[in-house]
Amino acid sequence: MMPALELKDVTKTFVMHLQGGLRLPVLNDVSFKAEAGQCVVLTGPSGAGKSSILKLIYGNYRVDEGAILVRDGEAQVDLATAAPRRILAVRQRALGYVTQFLRAVPRVSALDIVAEPLIAKGVARDEATARAAAMLKRFNVPERLWSLPPATFSGGEQQRINLARGLLPEHPILLLDEPTASLDAKNRAVVVDIVRERKSRGAAIVAIVHDEQVRDDIADVAVDVTRFATAA
Amino acid sequence: MTPFEDDKPLLIAEGLAKYYGRQLGCRDASFELYEGEVMAVVGESGSGKSTLLQMLSTQIEPTSGRILYRMRDGGMKSLWDMSEPERRFLLRTDWGYVHQDPQHGLRMGVSAGGNVGERLMAIGQRNYAGIRATAADWLGRVEIPENRIDDTPRTYSGGMRQRLQIARNLVTAPRLLFMDEPTGGLDVSVQARLLDLLRRIVSEMRIAAIIVTHDLAVARLLSNRIMVMKGGEVIEAGLTDQVLDDPHQPYTQLLVSSILPV
Repeated sequence: MMPALELKDVTKTFVMHLQGGLRLPVLNDVSFKAEAGQCVVLTGPSGAGKSSILKLIYGNYRVDEGAILVRDGEAQVDLATAAPRRILAVRQRALGYVTQFLRAVPRVSALDIVAEPLIAKGVARDEATARAAAMLKRFNVPERLWSLPPATFSGGEQQRINLARGLLPEHPILLLDEPTASLDAKNRAVVVDIVRERKSRGAAIVAIVHDEQVRDDIADVAVDVTRFATAA
Repeated sequence: MTPFEDDKPLLIAEGLAKYYGRQLGCRDASFELYEGEVMAVVGESGSGKSTLLQMLSTQIEPTSGRILYRMRDGGMKSLWDMSEPERRFLLRTDWGYVHQDPQHGLRMGVSAGGNVGERLMAIGQRNYAGIRATAADWLGRVEIPENRIDDTPRTYSGGMRQRLQIARNLVTAPRLLFMDEPTGGLDVSVQARLLDLLRRIVSEMRIAAIIVTHDLAVARLLSNRIMVMKGGEVIEAGLTDQVLDDPHQPYTQLLVSSILPV
C-alpha cells in the first residue's frame, strides 16, 4: 500500500540575488514517509530546516530536486512537479497545513475565517458556519469573540483560531507547525485529543512540536532533521 | 469536484505580443486560465501588465499571438476571429471589467439602480420590477444601503462607487472578470472591506478572474496564481504563495523584499 506521504531525496537551496547570488543550501536528500494513521515528528534545533520541510511539502517553497509524493484518493501526485492547479486541488482535498501564525484578511470575523476553507470546498454556508462554531467552542474561544476580526486577539487566541481553521476540513494529510506554541495546558490537551482522533481515522500527520509532553503524546516516529543538513 | 479540476481551460493566451510602433508593450505572454481561478498580474508601471490586460479584454488588438475563449456552448473561439458585435456582446454579458477609476466603469449621471439594471437589459431582461429587485439585491450584496438605489454615483464615496461598479459587473453572473487595480484609488480602511467583498463573491460565484495590481498584498489575498511582469515580459509565474514565499528571479526577490512591514 502506498504511504499517505513520501519525500524522496528532496533538496533545497535558496539563491539570494540581492546578496550577489549567494547560495544558501538548506536541505539535502530529505527522505521519509508518513503512513496513514501515523504522526511523524520532525526534530532538530532551530534553523535545521524543520519548517522549510513543511513548506516544501505544502508547495510554498519550490523543490530543486527530488519528489514529494502525496496520496490523493486512489492517485499519487508528485507535488514537486505538479501544475499549480493540481496542487490547489490537492490542498483543498487532501493536504492541510496549520502554520504558526494566523494570516487573515482584515475585517473578517473569527467565525468566517474558520468556516472559509469549508465554504471553498463547497459546503453550504450555514453548515460550514455551524461546524466552525463547534470547533471554536472545542478550542474554548469565548463566543463573544466569534464575530470579531482576530487582529486584536492575544497570541493564544489567534493560534486557536488558526488551528480551528486548519483542522476543520479534516484533510487526510496534515502538516502542523508548532501547533501548541502559545497555548495553555487546557488547550494543548485539545490539540492532543484532536490529533489522536484524526490518527485513529487514518490521517497522516507531520508535526513540529517543541513541547516534550505533547510530542510524547502524539508522535509515532521521530525524524531527526539534522541528518539532512547540507555539507556546506 | 473542486473548482480546480475542470479539464478544459476557459481562456488560453498563446504568444501574445503588442508593439506600439517599434516600442515593446508586451511579448511572449502565454497561459491558460480555468474556471474559478484567480490570477494576479503584478509588476511596476511600464511592465506591460496593463497592455496584457487590454489585449485579453479585447480593448487593443495584439500584434501577434491569439486568445481562445470557451463559449457557454463549450466551443473554443479565437477572440479576434469573432465579429465586433460578438466581442462586444461577450464583454457585456459573459465578462466583467472593473476599472481602477469607477468613473470609467459607471455611468455617473444614472442612478445606482440604473447602473446595475443596464447590464440586465443588455442581456434582454425587460421586466422593470424584476430588474429593480435584482439591482436592489446586488446593492445589498455589495453593502450599499437600499435607500441609495435612486441616487447617482456622483453622490457616493469612492469606496461605494467601487462597490457599485462591482455590482454592475457581476449582476449578469459573468464567467470571467477583469480587474485593473481595483483597490488602487481607495483609502486603506476601505481597501480591506473591498478586498474581503471581492474575495467572497468571486469564490462563491466561482468566477475566473484576472487582476492587475502592483500591490503584492492584494495579489496574495485574492489570487491563486500569479504572473510577475517586467519590461514587457512575464519573468516568473506559478502559485501565488510559492512565488511570493520562494521567489526565484532577482526582480521578484526585489519586489518581495521591498514590502514594508507594519
